[in-house]
Amino acid sequence: MSGTGIEMHGLDIRPVEGSRPEDQEFEINMGPQHPSTHGVMRFLVRLKGETVESVTPYCGYIHRGIEKMCESLTYPQIVHLTDRMDYLSAHINNEAVCLAVEKALGIEVSDRVKYIRTILDELTRIASHQLWWSAFGMDLGALTTFFYGMRDREKILDIFEETTGGRLIQSYNIPGGLMRDIHPNFQKRTKEFIRYFRPKLKEYHDLLTGNVIFRNRTVGIGVMSKEEAIAFGATGPTGRGSGWSCDVRKRLPYSAYDRVSFNEVLMAEGDSYARYMVRMKEMEESMNIIEQLIENIPEGNYAEKMKAIIKLPEGEYFQHVETARGELVVHIISDGNKNPYRVKFRSPNFSNLSVIDKISRGMKIADLIAISGSLDLVIPDLDR
Amino acid sequence: METLISDINGKIIQNWPEIRLDQGQYPTLHVQARYLLPVMQVLKDDPDFYMDYLVLITGVDYKSSLGCTYLLNSSVGNHLLVVKVTDIDRNDPVVDSVTHLWPTANFHEREIYDLLGIRFEGHPDLRRIFLDDNWVGHPLRKDYNDEVNVIERKL
Repeated sequence: MSGTGIEMHGLDIRPVEGSRPEDQEFEINMGPQHPSTHGVMRFLVRLKGETVESVTPYCGYIHRGIEKMCESLTYPQIVHLTDRMDYLSAHINNEAVCLAVEKALGIEVSDRVKYIRTILDELTRIASHQLWWSAFGMDLGALTTFFYGMRDREKILDIFEETTGGRLIQSYNIPGGLMRDIHPNFQKRTKEFIRYFRPKLKEYHDLLTGNVIFRNRTVGIGVMSKEEAIAFGATGPTGRGSGWSCDVRKRLPYSAYDRVSFNEVLMAEGDSYARYMVRMKEMEESMNIIEQLIENIPEGNYAEKMKAIIKLPEGEYFQHVETARGELVVHIISDGNKNPYRVKFRSPNFSNLSVIDKISRGMKIADLIAISGSLDLVIPDLDR
Repeated sequence: METLISDINGKIIQNWPEIRLDQGQYPTLHVQARYLLPVMQVLKDDPDFYMDYLVLITGVDYKSSLGCTYLLNSSVGNHLLVVKVTDIDRNDPVVDSVTHLWPTANFHEREIYDLLGIRFEGHPDLRRIFLDDNWVGHPLRKDYNDEVNVIERKL
């Protein structure tokens, strides 16, 4: 090792300016192309030896100006843009805009629409958590989880494809209802999936949850208190892992969530393992919700008749939904035209990311991977 | 809801008579930029409000001025309240930062600084968050025009 820095695999790691080499203070860039950031995102990590002193996130690599684009689009068009934010919660994002528009126009959709939306929301949540579980295991060096998770997620994507026509992004919701009615096989295949997935979820636990290496990598790593979660606005499973009861499905129920009984999964520990367990248990809860609804989808219209050009009355509208990652709020300011005056998406990842510096200080560099994995970041969602 | 309205009348409108309360989807407080910080302090700390969760900040270009809309929530009472500031000077847009009250405001204010150019006084690290440091202009302003990176779509 020379006094100036370490040359390794073409990677130039230099000591922090002004520090002595024996202090081993380094600044390294994790990303923008790094497998564990799950997207194009850069963390500037300041290290002392292997210990993290601070993490500065640099985002915007996939900023597409969605909020600006919305200002020149009509409301049905905006629905399709929201797919491209959190692509793993695409259906739920679509629903947020549709619910906001319906609320503004005073349109009550049929119970059939509410039930179908809720079932698809929960299928989306399971699919998202499956992908997260796959990738989280992989981040920590357990490659097998990726194959298991992707295998089972495929079943949900097939259900989506059959009914909505889309696998990853659906755009099935439209203001006033759904694009078309469900496929005749939908109920049968969804029930089949739940029968199939319940034992598989146990397999997930056998494979990863009890693993000693996995536990050593996650228990007590990246502890976030309840107060910190609230102050940083870290919602979703991230906040519930710290014991903050922040589930929008309970707080401000929408669609059919007020007609089903389910538990809001809460853990008090606030470490990476708690966040992991919340998501694992949420998959079970999601299956319970689907089971309550799938048998008795009422008859009714799958879409209400809407005007050809949708204009919202002048005013401001908020709609909260619970995506797989936390609270998404759509804030529409309308001046009465067919285009919104301003649309703001409060994306859950954007707030969840801001806590990473706080909870990774004093941890090891390898723990940073576990922490960012346990926050379940989707970069296009926070960059918008 | 009624207790929230009476608390607002008693603890905020009483002290700052220029502030107006109106009822949209959620109770909405129209606050002048110069009173923002003391009002937010009351909303955060007073046990009757205890608005400890800042859901979002929306920066808006009202053409004659700029504005910020804050959506607050209480983790205890689960009541929602909107605080609207609409009188930020367009040519010298400055408003007080609330980062020391809610750390989550750090990123949200940086986003608004980036896209609308509002400077938040007292913000610990006010830099652009999405766009390049050398970017000229603020895209979410209504008079923003960028020939090179066209993001406006003509219908």
